[in-house]
Amino acid sequence: MNNSAIRNWLGYATLALMVAALFMVFDYVPPEAEQGIAQLIFYFHVPLAWVAFASFGLVAIAGIFYLWLGDQLWDDLGYAAAETGMVFCTLMIVAGSIWAKPIWGTWWTWDSRLTTTFILWLMYGGYLMLRASADDTPQTARFGAVLGIVAVLDVPIVIASVRLWRTIHPAVLVTKQGGHGLEDPRMVATLLVCVAAFTLLWVWLLMLRFNQLLTRSRMGALAVRIAFASAAVAGGK
Amino acid sequence: MEHLGYLFAAYSIIFGAIFLYVVFIWRRQAALDAELRALEAQMAALKEASTAASVPEHSET
Repeated sequence: MNNSAIRNWLGYATLALMVAALFMVFDYVPPEAEQGIAQLIFYFHVPLAWVAFASFGLVAIAGIFYLWLGDQLWDDLGYAAAETGMVFCTLMIVAGSIWAKPIWGTWWTWDSRLTTTFILWLMYGGYLMLRASADDTPQTARFGAVLGIVAVLDVPIVIASVRLWRTIHPAVLVTKQGGHGLEDPRMVATLLVCVAAFTLLWVWLLMLRFNQLLTRSRMGALAVRIAFASAAVAGGK
Repeated sequence: MEHLGYLFAAYSIIFGAIFLYVVFIWRRQAALDAELRALEAQMAALKEASTAASVPEHSET
């Protein structure tokens, strides 16, 4: 099976799992007793956070390998992961903000979890601005790799923030008392299907973008060779 | 059905943004395909030029 066939298969699997996830959210899982249907945002908010953190983890891993091996492939992978991570991180913040309004009575508050997440968003925003504004040189790639490695240090801080500081953000998956806050097994099943759907969506988008960036890098190298060959032919006439 | 509007807004924004990102990727792919075709044309022209440049040398020998 070639890369294109794998991407197509992933696209169809993502679509099927996303439909199943939507069905479970809107028809299968019971709404939480206190928050009502606004709590259903949770089933997409958490998977968005998971894929955003996974993306940023991959940016750091790709950055380490780029600094170690110097292979353009790792830089392209890091760039693709940062871009998809930024999309999912933005959506996670927006979904959380919409959920917060009816439950907390405000769109945003400078709570420890929200603030550390905003810092994370700013750092990867900075990464993408660096990549978009500077030329594609090895130096830009090195700066990007270092920034990606430094920025990922905020991910464990975001995760631990609900335990380290006072916060109004709930610790649902692992509560402060231990165990998890999902009392109904249908809630756990729905969350797992949503996480699987978003993981597939992330892998699919990442593969598409990574393939594009890799192709662009190779085409750039080819264009330079063609320019040299053209000059040689013109000089030989 | 209190807060239905918030639920609808959240899911609409999530799927709307993902759709826009897929469109962005699709457009990038179209631009990349156009660049690739231009490179292929350049390569073909280069091959033709190098063949034309080498023909007199071969014909002399």
